[in-house]
Amino acid sequence: MELFRDANIDWLGKKWYFLGFSLIFSVAGVLSMLFWHGIPTGVDFKGGTLVYVKFDSTPNEDHIRAAMDAAGIRGTKITRISDVLQKTSNEEVISLPESATSDANHDAGRAQVLAALGANYHDSGFTVQQVEIVGPTAGKQLQSQAWFATGYSLLGMLVYLWFRFELIYGLAAVAAVFHDTLITVGAFSLINQEITLTVIAAILTLIGYSMNDTIVVFDRIRENLATTRRENLADVVNKSINQTLSRTVIASGLTFLTVLSLYLFGGEVLHGFSFALVVGILIGTYSSIAVAAPMLVAYQDWRLKQGKQAVLPAKRVKA
Amino acid sequence: MGKSLRNRIIFIVAVLLVSVYGIIGIPKGGLKESLARNIHLGLDLKGGTHLVLQVQVVEALSHATDTAVATLEDELTKAGVTGTVVTKPNPDHPEIIQVSGIPAAKLGDARGVFNNGNYATYDLGSNADGSQTLTMKVGAIRDLETRALDQSIETIRDRIDKLGVSEPVIEKYGLGDNEILVELPGIDDPGHVQDVIQSTARLEIHEVTGGPYPTDADAMSANPAGLPPDSMLVHGNGAPGTGDQVWMVKRVSVVAGTDFRDAQPSQDENARPDITFNLTTAAGDRFYKFTDEHKGTGQMAIILDNKVKEVATIQSAIRDTGRITGGFTSDQAKDLSMLLRTGSLPASIKYLETRTVGPSLGAASIRQGVIAAVIGMLVVMAFMLVYYRGAGINADLALVLNLVILLGFLGYSHASLTLPGIAGVILTIGMGVDSNVLIFERIREELRSGKTAAMAVQEGFKHAWVTIVDTHVTTIVSAAILFLFGTGPVKGFAVTLTIGLLANIFTAVLVSRVIFDAELRNKDRNAALSI
Repeated sequence: MELFRDANIDWLGKKWYFLGFSLIFSVAGVLSMLFWHGIPTGVDFKGGTLVYVKFDSTPNEDHIRAAMDAAGIRGTKITRISDVLQKTSNEEVISLPESATSDANHDAGRAQVLAALGANYHDSGFTVQQVEIVGPTAGKQLQSQAWFATGYSLLGMLVYLWFRFELIYGLAAVAAVFHDTLITVGAFSLINQEITLTVIAAILTLIGYSMNDTIVVFDRIRENLATTRRENLADVVNKSINQTLSRTVIASGLTFLTVLSLYLFGGEVLHGFSFALVVGILIGTYSSIAVAAPMLVAYQDWRLKQGKQAVLPAKRVKA
Repeated sequence: MGKSLRNRIIFIVAVLLVSVYGIIGIPKGGLKESLARNIHLGLDLKGGTHLVLQVQVVEALSHATDTAVATLEDELTKAGVTGTVVTKPNPDHPEIIQVSGIPAAKLGDARGVFNNGNYATYDLGSNADGSQTLTMKVGAIRDLETRALDQSIETIRDRIDKLGVSEPVIEKYGLGDNEILVELPGIDDPGHVQDVIQSTARLEIHEVTGGPYPTDADAMSANPAGLPPDSMLVHGNGAPGTGDQVWMVKRVSVVAGTDFRDAQPSQDENARPDITFNLTTAAGDRFYKFTDEHKGTGQMAIILDNKVKEVATIQSAIRDTGRITGGFTSDQAKDLSMLLRTGSLPASIKYLETRTVGPSLGAASIRQGVIAAVIGMLVVMAFMLVYYRGAGINADLALVLNLVILLGFLGYSHASLTLPGIAGVILTIGMGVDSNVLIFERIREELRSGKTAAMAVQEGFKHAWVTIVDTHVTTIVSAAILFLFGTGPVKGFAVTLTIGLLANIFTAVLVSRVIFDAELRNKDRNAALSI
């Protein structure tokens, strides 16, 4: 069985469609981040208290809210935990804003919630499944850590690609993953899904994966440039994308399937994580074909206009 | 060729056996117990409490300079330099001590005191107004902070041990912000643990210089010239006996913290719970000297965590045993004596994060994670068999071996498997398949260009190798950075991803190749390849 044998698609000819597509999604995401939902961050970065409670029977959320109000707990958010496959559940997350916890009394929010629940649900029982309390100091720290991790991670990859290819390859690849990250974070903002520490891990994974895809294409471009020096760069790029197309579709498709199984069967705890990966695999695969490779050609055209050397430099690598 | 193939097979089998040994060890009891013994699960999978706390080391620094201020005053007076005021002018910088009001004629004598060896850890400076500053050296501050952090870890470990938690983790955390990670498997009520850890239980005995006064304002009006610089006000803890009254005490304690050698709950003559303590020899000598000098009239305050617990008139000289009374319940007496026994924390503690996972949620999570991993893997394996036929077997064997090596490494390294770790495993499966697809697609290309099976395999691996190295190294670079800068769950993810990718290079390149070579070994050069 073979897919895409001798594919001959003019990818670069479609670059304006790609550009339009990328622009629509990035701009929608950025607008949502700026004017609508912002970047929805979870307790991990904002600080606050989360109490996961499992009730003996499906609880009435208004009842829980009333219990919290009666106990004088302000600013609670009550969310039902529902799986993708299982819509009803007895589990609720009661989240309190940062003000419920302070550096001086870290545990106050949890204690208040438990007291309020204990007073109202003594006949129908409940069990506390999970508690997360992040103080304001820790939240800020985790946030800056996440920025650093992402920034350094991109820088590390840029340096490696510079070393193995040429600077422009590294820049094009980093631009492509930046594009992916922007659209993924934008998607989180559009559907107002919270970004947590594990989502950051997923975004870093997507960066790694998108990079992986881009490198496979770049590698083939490098190889083809070394053997066919006189061809037009756009033709070489098209040929390289087509030659690796089977691999791109199969590998991305299979990775997508594993990630999809994580999304469907991995449970609520991994929900944000697997959602980021589902979006990320799709966009990462797209960007290596539609963003990274065309950037190389655009750079080449720009160089030609400046009257510089025509051929895109690429180091020869011994196999 | 034949010999090289045999050597490679032996090597692969050896890696397989070593990995299997890492996962289950020498099989003892059931397979399940062996697994549980070797593969450590993270708290998110087995349930427990995860705490991140920060030691307020600046308090330890402040205590150290407080003591220096008191001894300086003492030594300056002894050296005949009178009329000086020793203060810490900047509350944000407790490492700076200022000595002002030194008479010009006595400057030499004062300098002599500063250079007498007791202040070697300070830098000396002169100000325009003639006052002198002693600033603790940066290296000394760092040493003091490191000591405070280490001592806190030791103390917390002692306390957790006394609570009887099995396999706790107590270690430095983060990138040097004086943070400590405490992981307590099986504990899903962090309340009590927090109480026990949080109590600084800093017990000190100070000389009383005035009071009791009903309020702070009364204390100030009783001292119209202001408090003497060597004294401070301390409130009672509200318990019967001391109430909320205010005492004026000497700033520097007679005995404190590490001077206590032992403490036991006991009972007084009316069978009320109290605590008996013992002092170390050196502190006992000091305490004897103090009580001997002040017996009959002097009063001492027993201060716990900056609250007066008890005030006693010194009846006679005491050497090394004392007693704290004051309205304890017997549980309080037991807890407090335990805290005193394990030593006091050198500074107070701030909680940064608390995460608690109940055991049932952990079990549900692991079941879902494993189900997702197994389903993902089965779908991938089935696809590879259908799409690449014979070569699909190579890929599937490589995938299984990859997983075995990954688990084996977890067994050896004692790194725990977390939920994001399982996600890392799933991603490894994806990237592992990618390597095989890269190789197989390349072999197909080479076959299409008319090469023989053996040549196509050789060329396919040669070309794909370059790409595999580039893609894997880039991802490992990002995983390594994730490991360095990430915390807890993110770290677990980075570990499994890195190991998975390393194992992947081994299985995709070496194992898959060996299977091809073995298959082609006895065939003639025109044989077809099932791919």
